[in-house]
Parts: sequence; C-alpha cells; structure tokens
Amino acid sequence: MASAITTLAADAPTLSAANTGFMLICSALVMLMTPGLAFFYGGMVRVKSSLNMLMMSFISLGIVTILWVLYGFSLAFGTDSGSLIGWNSDYVGLSGIGITELWDGYTIPVYVFAVFQLMFAVITPALISGALADRVKFSAWALFTALWVTVVYFPVAHWVWGAGGWLFELGVIDFAGGTAVHINAGAAALGVILVIGKRVGFKKDPMRPHSLPLVMLGAGLLWFGWFGFNAGSWLGNDDGVGAVMFVNTQVATAAAMLAWLAYEKLRHGSFTTLGAASGAVAGLVAITPSGGAVSPLGAIAVGAIAGVLCAMAVGLKYRFGYDDSLDVVGVHLVGGVAGSLLVGLFATGGVQSDVAGLFYGGGFAQLGKQAIGVAAVLAYSLVASALLALLLDKTIGMRVGEDVEVSGIDRVEHAETAYDFSGAGGGTTSRNTAATAPAASKKVDA
Amino acid sequence: MKLITAIVKPHKLDDVKDALHTFGVQGLTVTEASGYGRQRGHTEVYRGAEYQVDLVPKIRIEVLTEDDDAEQLIEVIVSAASTGKIGDGKVWSIPVDSVVRVRTGERGADAL
Repeated sequence: MASAITTLAADAPTLSAANTGFMLICSALVMLMTPGLAFFYGGMVRVKSSLNMLMMSFISLGIVTILWVLYGFSLAFGTDSGSLIGWNSDYVGLSGIGITELWDGYTIPVYVFAVFQLMFAVITPALISGALADRVKFSAWALFTALWVTVVYFPVAHWVWGAGGWLFELGVIDFAGGTAVHINAGAAALGVILVIGKRVGFKKDPMRPHSLPLVMLGAGLLWFGWFGFNAGSWLGNDDGVGAVMFVNTQVATAAAMLAWLAYEKLRHGSFTTLGAASGAVAGLVAITPSGGAVSPLGAIAVGAIAGVLCAMAVGLKYRFGYDDSLDVVGVHLVGGVAGSLLVGLFATGGVQSDVAGLFYGGGFAQLGKQAIGVAAVLAYSLVASALLALLLDKTIGMRVGEDVEVSGIDRVEHAETAYDFSGAGGGTTSRNTAATAPAASKKVDA
Repeated sequence: MKLITAIVKPHKLDDVKDALHTFGVQGLTVTEASGYGRQRGHTEVYRGAEYQVDLVPKIRIEVLTEDDDAEQLIEVIVSAASTGKIGDGKVWSIPVDSVVRVRTGERGADAL
C-alpha cells in the first residue's frame, strides 16, 4: 500500500475527518462480510449441521478480535524484522497508540487502520471453515483458528502488506487480499482436509444445500461488504483510486456471475441459484488483488475468466477425491490465484500502481512477481495448516465421531438445532413440550 | 365395500375432486404423498454435481364406496386425472370388511 496522497516534503499529513469516517464505515462493511459468509456457508450444508457451519464463521469474530488486539496487529504491522514478521510493543494490547496518532503517512488514525485490518484477519480463517463442514469438533476448530492466525495469517499479512515484508518489497501487487486472504485461506483449507479426510458418505449420499435463500442472503451481504473490503484498501479517498476500486468490484462481480451461469447452462442445462451466488463470490475474490490496478474493461475480463475457471474447478474434488465440502479451494484458491496472476496481464500502470502488465506493454516482469507471491503464500499456508491440523488431530482430535456426524453435529456440539420441525407426526408433540418445559426451567433456576 | 386409492399429480386434485363430487361421492381423504413409478424422479444440479431425486410429489386420494359403484368410480378418477403424460399415477381398489361412522355408530353402507 503506497502512499495515497501526494504531499509536499514539508507537509506532514493531518487527520482527515472525511477519510477517517470513510474508513470506519468501510471497516463496518468488512465486518458484515463474516456473518454474510456464515449464511453463505450455512445455507449450503444440510439442516443437521447448519448451526455448526454458522458458528465456525461467527466464532472468528470473537477469537481473532482478541488475538489481534493482544498481539496480532503487532506481528502483522509492527516494525519489520528480517522481512518475515513485525513487532511493536506499543501495538500490544493497542496500549501505546494515541487516539490522533496517524498511520504511516496516511490521514487516518492508527486505530482506524488497526480495526480495518482486524476485519480482514477475522474473515480469513472463517473462509477456511467451508471446506470442513459437518465433521470438525468445535473446540478443535476454535483452537485451530487461534493457532492459524498466529502462525499463518499474521506473518503472511506482514509479508504482503507490512512495510519491509518480503513480498511487499518484491513488488507483488495485492490490493485487498488476493494472496493474503483468499489464496491463504484456500490453501489452508486444502491442507486441513488432506489431514482430516472426507465426510461420511462423500460421493454416495446426497448432500444438497438445505436453504438456497440463505446462500443468496449471504452472497448478497458478502457483495455489499466487499465494497468496504476493496474500496477501503486505499485507506482514503482523496484521489479517486478508491472509487475505481468500487467500480471494478461491481463490474467484475457482475461479469463473473454471468460467466458462471453461462458455463452452467451450457454444461448442465440450468441457470442455478447456487451458481449465481458462487459466480458472484468468485468474481469478488478475483478482483480483490487486481481491482486497483486494472481498468473497468479489465475488470470485466478478470471477472469472466475467474467465473468460468472457478465453475470448472469445483468439480475437481470429485475427480481427485478430496472433500472440499463447500468449494473453498474451487472458489477462493482458484479465484485468488486467477486474480493475482491476471494483475500481471491487465495492470494498466495508471491507477493504484504505475507498474503495467503484459497487455499494457509491461512485459512479463510483474507476472513473474505475482507468480512468486502466489506460490509462496500457497506453499506456506498449505504446509503450515496441514501441520497444525495434524498436531490437533494427534492431541485433542479434530473430528467428531462418525455417529455424531451422521446424526448431526449441531445437536451434539451445540446442544441446539436450527429449525423446529416438530408437530403432527414429527418429534415431540407440542403438549409434551409444554408439560416438560416449566419443570426443566425450574431445575435450571434451582 | 371397496376402498379406492388414487395416486395422482398434485395439479389434478381439483379436477378429480370435482368429478367425484359430480358422481355423487360424499366424502374423501386427501394426503400429500411422494414416490416414483417407472419414470423415476428428476435431476437437480448443485455446482455441477448432479443429484438424482427419486421421489416426486404426488397426491393420494382415498374414497370408500359400495361394490357396485367401484368400477365406475375408478373410471371417473382415471378420466379426470389423466394428462396422457408420464407420471399420471395409479388407481386401485381393495375390499373393505367393515366401516363405522364414529359419530352415530352406523355400520356398512349407512356409514358411507
């Protein structure tokens, strides 16, 4: 993230109320993406495990927020050490930061930057959970989230965005998180599922989404929140780059949705709702790294290419036999890789960065740098995440018992079920419930 | 007495009900059902994965009738429920030993 504002050498940036307000709103928009993701995923699983899916995303808002304040912000954005990690004791517990202290040459307070980046850290592990639907102990998942952000996300965010981070210094363009968020989460998902294995009945039982309306609600919230994710990543709006990013986010997402639906119609004969939702998310993922570097026409190309590639990629799990339950690898890893590499082709050199891609006379240099960024994050996240999963699996165990998985993880792990289907011929009768309920609550009171 | 059971397409329920009413049938029982015949079910596609859904929604209509009316009643149902397309359903009858009207205790033909 290079300085957004051209200042005279003597001019020190001052706090901009407009940019600060804009960034607080963007932070709130990015926060909304995590519950949006929870619905996107939650609707895609079967009824019996829908609460668990919602909770696996939602818990990230708790765990990662606390770790970010305690030490995460310091590791990701503190003073660089060896190009690999940061540290700044003032950031520990956000204890040494003045409320008007500005972030690194920008016009927004450090607090605002910290909270904006916090929301990125929250959603990234939540993205992984879609690959693990129905079968992971909630306690193991919570612990995995804490360990994963510490060992993988905080360092990788430093590599990509931290001053002195090695990918940042190399010149890899990752405007809003193609490598740090999406490739990172997608590769982690692949690493974990290779360790924990498939759901019971994978490829045999039908595992149809229980609520496509919830999936659409989630996808819509993601799309909406993504404007904060992308347009906010310029950390202000003095020069119009944030607006370009906003436009490109909309354009690429639309193109990807249409491309996915067209592919589906040709390949399977129907325009599906899940396809529309998935195509939109694929476009959002792909434009994330590239949206500040390409033109709106370039964004159409990025979205359309990603839409088709991701639609093709989601079938790979059946061919290779890994159970990426909700296609985190197919959408986030493949979409993130596509978007990150397409920067090397479509960067115009006239927006966020002055580096031009291959199609704009820049040669292969940027494409090479993007490929290094992709490969480094993919490899590190895949291996580290698989090792973390292995560690947890050998100690506390990652998976619930087969009987729990079959009968439904919600009831056992959360002592709740998502919907009450009782009534004539199903479950407890209303009369029995009414008779036992007061007794049960008395017991709790006593 | 006979129990006539008809499995028909949901959108033909009204036609069958009207036809039975015209024929003079006083009462019937309707249940939502699902099943399949020779045509099996349909295919759904989720992100390229195709699922064969065997069970298709049907309506089950049950009518009690006297032996003499049974054949004609079956014909009435068949003609009202028929679309000529696959999946139109089936109608069958089975003998009934006894029938009691719960309110009055009447038995046999009086209870119909």
